[in-house]
Amino acid sequence: MITEKDVDHVALLARLEITSKEREMYTNQLNDILEYFQSLQRLDTENVQPTAYVLPLKNVYREDQVGDHLPLEEALANCPDREENYFKVPKIV
Amino acid sequence: MIQYETVIGLEVHVELKTRSKIFCHSTTAFGGEPNAHVCPGCLGLPGALPVINKSVVEYAIRAALALNFQIASFTKFDRKNYFYPDMAKNYQISQYDLPIAEHGYLNIELNGKTKKIGITRLHIEEDTGKQVHQGSITTTPFSLVDYNRSGVPLIEIVSEPDLRSPEEAYEYLNKLKAIILYTGVSDCKMEEGSLRCDANVSVRPAGSTKLGTKTEIKNMNSFKALQKALTYEIERQIEVLEEGGRIFQETRTWDEEKGITISMRSKEQAHDYRYMPDPDLVPLVIDREWVEEIRRSLPELPDDRKERYVREYGLPAYDAMVLTNTRELADYFEACVAAYPNPKTVSNWVMGDLSRLLNASGVDITNCSIKPRQLSELLQLIDKGTISGKIAKTVFEEMFASGKAAETIVKEKGLVQISDEGAITAIVEEVIANNQKSVDDYRAGKDKALGFLVGQVMKASKGKANPALVNKLLKERL
Repeated sequence: MITEKDVDHVALLARLEITSKEREMYTNQLNDILEYFQSLQRLDTENVQPTAYVLPLKNVYREDQVGDHLPLEEALANCPDREENYFKVPKIV
Repeated sequence: MIQYETVIGLEVHVELKTRSKIFCHSTTAFGGEPNAHVCPGCLGLPGALPVINKSVVEYAIRAALALNFQIASFTKFDRKNYFYPDMAKNYQISQYDLPIAEHGYLNIELNGKTKKIGITRLHIEEDTGKQVHQGSITTTPFSLVDYNRSGVPLIEIVSEPDLRSPEEAYEYLNKLKAIILYTGVSDCKMEEGSLRCDANVSVRPAGSTKLGTKTEIKNMNSFKALQKALTYEIERQIEVLEEGGRIFQETRTWDEEKGITISMRSKEQAHDYRYMPDPDLVPLVIDREWVEEIRRSLPELPDDRKERYVREYGLPAYDAMVLTNTRELADYFEACVAAYPNPKTVSNWVMGDLSRLLNASGVDITNCSIKPRQLSELLQLIDKGTISGKIAKTVFEEMFASGKAAETIVKEKGLVQISDEGAITAIVEEVIANNQKSVDDYRAGKDKALGFLVGQVMKASKGKANPALVNKLLKERL
């Protein structure tokens, strides 16, 4: 059961600002989703291996080789603010 | 007053020296212009997908085997979510519940006793970018971010809370570094950040089995800082408890200048990283044959090498430990012994004069101007009686400074030992004539006076007289 407090916590972690109306709506929606998982819980998974990945793929490696870097101007093209060749951001402590 | 017991666990991050980054093809080279070593992958640009560098997995397994770990047969990558500008993606790719290796250990030696320290896990993750601050970090409103380091491969090695003192923590880190250096997967330079260490510290009444509340100490940038920070933090915690207070679980940073740890408690809520399997990376099934192949390629590690030095060379355990601390020093020592098969003599020179000169000049053993063959030539000159042991030290310093052969220096500077009885007798007689008081003292039973007279003869001969002969001739004439 998800409470409004849980929704506030998740919203904070995701840096989302929500109104009290939205808080109520998301609480209801998330509970609906959890309820749906409750029905999945009824499935017999006795013979199903747990999985971390949905595609039948494993061991996709690349060789240790250095390739091209982005030219500085391209690397910094999207940054909202810069100082010399650095990305400039508000300080977070 | 209650006796307290200290409990310490260390989290060590080691940068792996692959050519390219962990999930993209950018270079791992240290330094460089800010943001010059980046690509869409390590900048977290939309659409860029990570692919694991095979060498990273190989190096991690290599380090793990050297630390007696069990290698997982199935392992995967997870996202650690947090908002902080040092990762452009807003998450760090790490390993959570299925790390590449678990249940390792290493042995430390302290006061002649060996102690086994458990190592909980070793996992692979990507390094973060670096933030720099203009002016004072406390007042500037901005951070400047350089993503060159973002995506450099790391292994994180988490010890069990088995360490009981700052000294044990120091020895653990030293041994860990030595072993990793032997495997060649990292250069472990604390000053460049390729070896970093955080500590979890708590205290509890001696005899208690319940762990006290721990603090996490960060920002210890040297071995010395580790020891100082731990010593400080333990005293701080005991003081708080003694005054009836309680310890808060928090992260504290070591302030090297002030010599204290400072709370980094932020207004943010407790960490909640919401780990989840990274859907961009497929799991790894580690082939047992590959693991065995890596195991076979490991060099002889410090503990084995040390034991062999005691067994084969008959060296004291202390010598063996110092000599095998780095692979390069041990290789040097063995090359010397091959050319001059008297291990203890070689050990004395390598651990004494050579180490002193290397430390003083900041030169690495691999760049040492005295090659093993040259050291053996010097030792042979002593054996032949060409020079005295005392003169040999002067010659050795000259060899170190100039890279010249011992024999060349001895000839150039006229340092050949005087073993001619006639020549020494002349000096001896002169010294006896000029030091009547010491002569009388010696004759009156003051043995110390002889040492003074020997010293005078050596001085008069500019250190070149054969000391054994000087002793003999002096005694004959007294």
